[in-house]
Amino acid sequence: MAATSMAQALNAALRDALSENERVLVFGEDVGQLGGVFRITDGLTAQFGEQRCFDTPLAEAGIVGYAVGLAMGGFLPVVEMQFDAFAYPAFEQIASHVAKIRNRTRGALSIPMVIRVPYAGGIGGVEHHCDSSEVYYVATPGLKVVTPATPADAYTLLRAAIDDPDPVVFMEPKKLYWSKEDTELRYDSEPLGRAAIRRSGKDATLIAYGPSVPVAMQAAKVAAEDGLDLEVVDLRSLVPFDDETVTASVRRTGRCVVVQEAQGFAGFGAEVAARVQERCFHSLSAPVIRVGGFDIPYPPPMLEHSHLPGVDRVLDAVDRLQFSDEPDGRYLTGVRA
Amino acid sequence: MSDSVVQDLLPSPTPVRLLAEDGTTVEGCPTGYERPTVPQLLAAHRKMVIGRRFDAQATALTKQGRLAVYPSSHGQEACQIAAAEVLGPGDWLFPTYRDSVALVARGVDPVEVLTLLRGDWHCGYDPKAVRVAPQCTPLATQVLHATGLASAMRRKGENTAVLALIGDGATSEGDFHEALNFAAVFNAPVVFLVQNNGYAISVPLSKQSAAPSLAYKGIGYGVRSEQVDGNDTAAMLAVLGTAMDRARSGGGPFLVEAHTYRLEAHTNADDATRYRDQEEVRGWLAADPLPRLEKHLRDVGALTDEDVRAAQEEGERLAADLRQRMNADPHLDPMSLFDHVYAVPTPQLAEQRDLLATELKAQEG
Ligand SMILES: Cc1ncc(C[n+]2csc(CCOP(=O)(O)OP(=O)(O)O)c2C)c(N)n1
Ligand SMILES: [Mg+2]
Repeated sequence: MAATSMAQALNAALRDALSENERVLVFGEDVGQLGGVFRITDGLTAQFGEQRCFDTPLAEAGIVGYAVGLAMGGFLPVVEMQFDAFAYPAFEQIASHVAKIRNRTRGALSIPMVIRVPYAGGIGGVEHHCDSSEVYYVATPGLKVVTPATPADAYTLLRAAIDDPDPVVFMEPKKLYWSKEDTELRYDSEPLGRAAIRRSGKDATLIAYGPSVPVAMQAAKVAAEDGLDLEVVDLRSLVPFDDETVTASVRRTGRCVVVQEAQGFAGFGAEVAARVQERCFHSLSAPVIRVGGFDIPYPPPMLEHSHLPGVDRVLDAVDRLQFSDEPDGRYLTGVRA
Repeated sequence: MSDSVVQDLLPSPTPVRLLAEDGTTVEGCPTGYERPTVPQLLAAHRKMVIGRRFDAQATALTKQGRLAVYPSSHGQEACQIAAAEVLGPGDWLFPTYRDSVALVARGVDPVEVLTLLRGDWHCGYDPKAVRVAPQCTPLATQVLHATGLASAMRRKGENTAVLALIGDGATSEGDFHEALNFAAVFNAPVVFLVQNNGYAISVPLSKQSAAPSLAYKGIGYGVRSEQVDGNDTAAMLAVLGTAMDRARSGGGPFLVEAHTYRLEAHTNADDATRYRDQEEVRGWLAADPLPRLEKHLRDVGALTDEDVRAAQEEGERLAADLRQRMNADPHLDPMSLFDHVYAVPTPQLAEQRDLLATELKAQEG
């Protein structure tokens, strides 16, 4: 088996989709000749021609709005937003049309498409290149939102997103583009909406997605050395959400930490934590704890490591899961002992 | 670019006009356009009479509380009717909230046109069946969809084109500019019709743009443009017809600015006296497109009292049918709220649907 990077897996998914379905069109900024700034579309124009994979004028609302029309006309657009923050000009098209046209027309018009968004930080990027923008999309009914954490999943999930009858915002954790895995790329037409258990454990569940999955895995490894057996759930699909897998895991372990790279306040992790406590209350031995970035604009490259939730921040949260019966001082603010 | 290419892209310095305000023929038809035939003008006249009756009925229904709101196109009927008349069966129309009369003229069921404004759903018709996109509210966003769909048609080798409608105010939105640019770069068969009715709610065009005419916005993108007397049905048919033909045969996009006027307030909820005076409105009443066309057709001996009466009767029948159907309460099914958010409801929506079912049952009991 060959070691495949996430970037290669995404490239292969686009390549296979283009060759299997002639309605698929790939377009965006610099995706043609150059192959995209992250080279995800490398070689596609050469193989499939300018008609199937092409550069557009530099205008994000234009790219998404144009894709809406192409989808109305029966094509299957897979568009690239160059970076998370540069998708914001397209937000009106996404929120007001992409998400709503099926509902607006009671299903008479559907506009399946995939909007690929390289997102999140950890690559030393300057301002506007590191936003965790997933929360804007997950808060918009009508969109599906998925994010892979491994090369194998990058392939499977992108193929599934392209096959999906609904518009999908496909969030690519850019710091994982170069992560490699020995894997065979396979797609078995599994629909979107399932989480995966990356590591089984019995003492607590770490729930993570996208760029935070490797952090959670690393934390579990360190905890194991201390005799704590942590389970890691990789959400994969934020919308639809896999309540079943998440709930079953937390009911088994009785403890839960939600890890996200995004700012914590009103982030997706808050939704996950709320769902867990609503569904697993009687199985929980401790409050659900969220771990995330701080509630600050994404910091400059030389300070990003202080912002990003790393293994220590995760393990500190695990520490607060009340494994002992001693009251935890950190929860007793204002209470006289 | 050579001088002649630039000249080709530019609009004529004054709006194209084929009929004077008094209905007399303006001699000479600018090159590139063809005067509509008398049967074409008669067909447009009939639809205009009916369209105006529809508009009045919709306004009345709003006053009776049957519609949440209605943006009238009274005074803009030459644009509305021409927009429908130049469409072939395979062409698509991308309308705004203002363009209900164009939809009726296109053949969309008037009740289905008014579904949005009555409020029982966001779009009442099947866009694919009538080849009309949902009436669009977020300004200018629809012209990008029109451009994308036009490209889709071209890719499929269809000899069809798309007509995208937009208001003067909405030409300030970025999406309008992105659409012109995309349309030109991809040589999309799309025609943009700007109905310049002088106002964006209360804001006059002078505060919207310093361009000599909105039609001049085309040249910067390499889009051929024209400006037209938007209350002259003959000129509207001639210019839009040429633009659509050109698009269908691979000639690329076309921008048309129609100078017209909104005789009513922005919607029934608006008070136009706060930003314009009656004198201005009276001036535009003299340019009303319907009497102008009617006078012309009578002058050339093509239109009889009988024809006018027949059209008016048709309008009355449409209005009576509309009243009757709009006065019946629409069938509402709250459970359908979950049906089309996704192709298949997510597990979360399925749970919420069950919750609503329980609530509804409790309300019944
Ligand atoms: C993006 C957006 N901003 C604001 C509005 C609110 N709005 C609705 S109609 C309108 C005026 C539009 O004027 P114009 O484009 O000239 O069209 P008209 O109403 O005159 O036909 C405004 C500001 C909107 N619908 N969409
Ligand atoms: Mg206006």
